[in-house]
Amino acid sequence: MDELLITKIQDIIKKYGKDREYLIPILKKIQKLNRYNYIPQEVSQYLAKYMQLKESEVYEVISFYAEFSETPRGENIIKVCDSTVCRVNNNTETIKLLESLLSIKMGETTQDKNFSLEYSPCFGACDISPAMRINGKTYGNLDKKSLKEIIESYRR
Amino acid sequence: MKKTISFITENFNKSSPDLVGGFQGFQRAINMEKEDIIQEIVLSGLKGRGGAKYPTGKKLMQSAEHHDKEKYIICNADEGEPGTFKDRELLLHDPYGVFEGMLIAAFAINASHGILYLREEYKYMIDDLKNALNHMRSLNLLGDRILKTELSFDISIFLGAGAYICGEETSLIESMEGKPGRPRIKPPYTLEKGLFSKPTLVNNVATFSTISAIIRNGYEEFIKYGTVESPGTKLISLCGNVNKPGAYEVPFGMTIREIIYDIGEGIRNGNSFKFAQIGGVSGPLVLPKHIDTPFSYEDLNEIGVPMGSGAIIVVDSDNDILDYLDAVQAFFKHESCGKCTPCREGNRQLLNILSRLREGKYSQEDTINIEKIAKTMKYASFCGLGQSAPAALLSAIEHCPQEIFKRRD
Ligand SMILES: Cc1cc2nc3c(=O)[nH]c(=O)nc-3n(C[C@H](O)[C@H](O)[C@H](O)COP(=O)(O)O)c2cc1C
Ligand code: SF4
Ligand code: FES
Repeated sequence: MDELLITKIQDIIKKYGKDREYLIPILKKIQKLNRYNYIPQEVSQYLAKYMQLKESEVYEVISFYAEFSETPRGENIIKVCDSTVCRVNNNTETIKLLESLLSIKMGETTQDKNFSLEYSPCFGACDISPAMRINGKTYGNLDKKSLKEIIESYRR
Repeated sequence: MKKTISFITENFNKSSPDLVGGFQGFQRAINMEKEDIIQEIVLSGLKGRGGAKYPTGKKLMQSAEHHDKEKYIICNADEGEPGTFKDRELLLHDPYGVFEGMLIAAFAINASHGILYLREEYKYMIDDLKNALNHMRSLNLLGDRILKTELSFDISIFLGAGAYICGEETSLIESMEGKPGRPRIKPPYTLEKGLFSKPTLVNNVATFSTISAIIRNGYEEFIKYGTVESPGTKLISLCGNVNKPGAYEVPFGMTIREIIYDIGEGIRNGNSFKFAQIGGVSGPLVLPKHIDTPFSYEDLNEIGVPMGSGAIIVVDSDNDILDYLDAVQAFFKHESCGKCTPCREGNRQLLNILSRLREGKYSQEDTINIEKIAKTMKYASFCGLGQSAPAALLSAIEHCPQEIFKRRD
């Protein structure tokens, strides 16, 4: 790990404190440092040592919560809701369109690493279903036209 | 006839506490005896709006019995039940109503710290919520000796990291302590030993909003609505194949048909009603023969349906039950915390069998196993997630087996 990254990680931990209760907010900030939205193993190992936690204690939190990832993802993460309300509002069509717009399948990342396409459980946008989130921002009432526009706005 | 009510939602979009009746509920509360505040909540008949329907007044009373110096109040805004977005609406359109409910509860039970546990998916609200809290601080509605009372109390926000199970209160607490959100064994109950082993009161967002509306107006105004056994009103999340999905405040006792056709303006494309699922995806299917059931705790109980979160998911005749059940089970498989075998393995197995049923290529064993696994989950799972995960499937097998077992070979 480079010095700059280490300093950044230390700064984050200093801001919160080393108690285990701050692990989740700290991990959120640390994952943000990475362009590809994940927490590399060396980072979680370093974190465990610095916070005086067991590696397994850090690792199990990373693997438990949907927000965290141990493997690189695209810069823009598209999460398509696949829960019941979106299912009955024809989200299969949404998924097909996204797959063809991005030329990848669900669960994959584009070659240029700009987009990852993931399934998501309901995120409380059922009244504007079918819905998706991109980097945390919610989009609803998706149709062919709006999907295309939204995706275009995230292309590099 | 206007069918929705504005009791809990009275202050929607009137966003400042100086404008909005200046925290009238809290102002009234601090001039009351603490026991009387709790007594009003008891008399209002309010039950927890998070799904477990525990009487809120009773919970406050039990919580008041603990006299520790450090005592937590947690507002549960993990709202992860599919089809549910009532807490989202309350936090977006009247955050002060939610915080005021927490304040009233804090005053009544002598709590020292308040925390809003906000699901990660609602992060987009966090700046507005923090601003609201800062505004309250500037008015001494939070902080030391609030409005010259002996109450010193502040509210912070904890942002979740994406896990439905963290809506369960002990999992929620585990996650706030920096651990994976797996449920704890009870007892000890959180009221006695919750966050950091201190007495902790956990209530749903809508429960706190309702507390502030009840204390502001007096419980007598609340119980003018509803039925004898389910007094008052409730914010429901109506969605699915209805023309006008949304969060609506309704009096208990309105029938499911009225909710769908009068409030939701009927089903899209004039399609017919196939079934509904009430309370999110954790309950049995509500079939056409039950559409005239009044939406109340007692009437839903008659047909074996828990009210849960108060979501109403409407599904029309264009949909296939098996496809719907697949979405239900996939949700639970994804969200199972993995602590106990019936739930961790059961959801996986059910999905496998469902996929064969959807293809119409299944074995005799599948037809027996599906029910066996579902029942094992129902009776042997450690927490509410696993216990209720097979509810929809079991009801479908019981009431519409012809749609489940359709051989295509
Ligand atoms: C699997 C599971 C998920 C839950 N999710 C939520 C939730 O998202 N929000 C909530 O308020 N309660 C949820 N609960 C209920 C809480 O455990 C708890 O009963 C509730 O927050 C208490 O508040 P209330 O009495 O105001 O309803 C859930 C329970 C279980 C078993
Ligand atoms: S029932 Fe499911 S969610 Fe609950 S403890 Fe067991 S595995 Fe975890
Ligand atoms: S079911 Fe898709 S957002 Fe709720």
